[in-house]
Amino acid sequence: MRMHRRTLLALAVFTGLTAPSMALAADDTIKIGLLATFEGPFTVLGEDGERGAMTAVAEMNGTVAGKKIEIVKGSSDASPDSAVRAARKLVEQDGVKVLVGPLSGDEGIAVKDYAKTQPNVTFINGTSAAQDTTLRDPAENFFRFSTDGAQWMAGLGTYAFNDKGYKKVATVAEDYSFPYTQVFGFMAEFCKAGGHVPSKSWVPIGNKDFSSVIAAIPEDVDAIYVALGGADAVNFLTQYQQGGGSAPLIGGSITVDQTVLTSKGKLKDVLKGTPSAGPTADTNDAPAWKAFVEAYKKQPGAFPSPSLFAHGYYVDMKATLLGLDQVGGDVSDGGKKLRDALSKLSFDTPTGKVSLDKNRNAIADIFLTEVTEGADGNLMNKLVKVVPQVNQTLGIPEDEFMKLGAVNRDNPSCP
Amino acid sequence: MSLAITTNVTPQQNWLERLGAGHIILAVALMLYPLVASDFFLTQIGGYSLIFGMLGLSLMLLAGYGGMVSLAQITVAGISAYAIAILGNNNSNILGFGWPWWLAVPFAVLAAALASALIGWVSVRTEGIYTIMITLAIATATYYFAQQNYAIFNGHSGYTGIRAPAFWGIGWRDARPFYYLCLGLAVLSYAAVLYGSRSTFGMTLQAIRDNPRRMRALGYHVTAHKVFAWLLAGVIAGLAGVLLVWFNGRVSPGTIGVDAAIDVLIIAVIGGLRHPIGPFLGAVVVVLMQTFAIDIVGAERFNTLIGMVFLVIVFVSPDGILGLWGRIKPHLAQESLRPGQ
Repeated sequence: MRMHRRTLLALAVFTGLTAPSMALAADDTIKIGLLATFEGPFTVLGEDGERGAMTAVAEMNGTVAGKKIEIVKGSSDASPDSAVRAARKLVEQDGVKVLVGPLSGDEGIAVKDYAKTQPNVTFINGTSAAQDTTLRDPAENFFRFSTDGAQWMAGLGTYAFNDKGYKKVATVAEDYSFPYTQVFGFMAEFCKAGGHVPSKSWVPIGNKDFSSVIAAIPEDVDAIYVALGGADAVNFLTQYQQGGGSAPLIGGSITVDQTVLTSKGKLKDVLKGTPSAGPTADTNDAPAWKAFVEAYKKQPGAFPSPSLFAHGYYVDMKATLLGLDQVGGDVSDGGKKLRDALSKLSFDTPTGKVSLDKNRNAIADIFLTEVTEGADGNLMNKLVKVVPQVNQTLGIPEDEFMKLGAVNRDNPSCP
Repeated sequence: MSLAITTNVTPQQNWLERLGAGHIILAVALMLYPLVASDFFLTQIGGYSLIFGMLGLSLMLLAGYGGMVSLAQITVAGISAYAIAILGNNNSNILGFGWPWWLAVPFAVLAAALASALIGWVSVRTEGIYTIMITLAIATATYYFAQQNYAIFNGHSGYTGIRAPAFWGIGWRDARPFYYLCLGLAVLSYAAVLYGSRSTFGMTLQAIRDNPRRMRALGYHVTAHKVFAWLLAGVIAGLAGVLLVWFNGRVSPGTIGVDAAIDVLIIAVIGGLRHPIGPFLGAVVVVLMQTFAIDIVGAERFNTLIGMVFLVIVFVSPDGILGLWGRIKPHLAQESLRPGQ
């Protein structure tokens, strides 16, 4: 009888599964899925993304079109598989009709592919910024009100070459689609201006030991372009400094972000004066930005200044809520009205006007910055210049831009 | 590692008796499960649990009967998953030979089995914790290799757009067919392991586990037996890999990362290594926890909750859920204290 008893337990467990909790949202609430990295190497980034999204929700006092907003969270570990799994759970089990997320590049591409199989659900990006999420083979129901990683680099390549006088730059970046996009955006301008990039190092996400990468950087470069995020950036910069490296740095958008600038240690001296570009600048004087920073700081655990993840999730969540407001919170038609409203949506964010192109990718202002020490000793990104209304093709005509080819490790190249 | 294997072999039973009431009830319940479950519970919980149950089963075969704890089972599954992507169709514009499924699947499983045998051949020279170390090293190395190799593995993004086949007028990735496909293969693997454990080979393997020196002295080829066990475990893990890639529609290094490797070990340990049903129980618990913990405690601490639950299970019963059942059973039914039937 041993087998019998044992299998009975299995039976009990399985019958437990047969009661799916398809809790349908009541009429007076509207469910929005929030997908971010709450585990893995990008946890800090994901948590700040959540703060940004919640800032937008708080701005609307937690209601939209008279309905209460219910946020259902999903977590990924920055791998595309986990992002799709979390998205599936939010859509198929929790029944959300609107989903905001994900956070990182390849996740965005994977969720876009998943979006194609769920035409009645509206997907709004978080901060994922790979070019091909919207540029090639886009999904009809995937919207990105935050810009992509190449757009974020607008102005930086020219600035590094002309103003900083760097002629030869080595790059160190993580090995996936978002850093490819960033390096592409930087090199598009830098190479055009006459600069050279003799060496590109690609490191896996979550790399701990950068000694071989540091050893491979040529001696005679004028600067190192670093596009690493979160813990990876801190690890690389610390080891580079300990290894006696002294070349000036050029920062990718998330490398000199608040998630890295606030880290403890001796990084301050290394980072000071690093030029970078991105969708935000900490010392932006615009009243709308200052108001946003104040609102953001009310969130628990907030940084001294919102990171670009807080900003991206805020902009995307805000767009979502504005869209929902326009249609009276009604997504009963499979979200068709909502998607029409979102496509036409143009609104003022803390960082200027945002509108969408035909691929549903944002056109927005980009900020050229430089790291400085603030009065309170915190590192900040000082605003150098605003590059107005950058589109996804970086101002290059679309057919010419497409000829540059898809971004990858080897494209572009100017050794 | 000494684990008692319960074998109730009684001569002269008809096949129904040999199957046992428990198995029949369980089979019927699993067959009828789609009638009550939503699509999400059918594939994301049911199918996924069965796939990871099979992975746990391949580990249970090695660890329970052979005394070899492997952390490389997900790597073996990954090899067949990547093989399906490379031999069949994908939309990543890399490789993709376009073979039909009935050709690609056997090759993928064969590749996985051979890879598993190779891993086994390398690691049978070690014992205990060193086997764990060497298989962990293999799993990690494969993960990083896949992450950085673009010619074969397509780097971090891996392969996308891999479709399950459609034949006999059925799309095998639709919720219900996919569940039955997983169930069919899981039952097949389960029965094979159960049968194999009582076969001459299974008995010999268990004897080798308990005393390899004596078996060697008796004239058995210890290494060959162990490597063959790896080959069999590789077939099961390979089948699970095929299901996994059809389930996700994609495969990337994240699928075969160290986290996933440890998940498989957790599944086997939580479930219990004494009987082939253990890994499936473990898989159900782990998949349910990983899916729903975030709803219970929120996004910040849900991994802590998952860890605590696993800790409690192992603390209360070192033999996992199976051991837990073995412990409460005597209180429930006195007759089970008597040996045999």
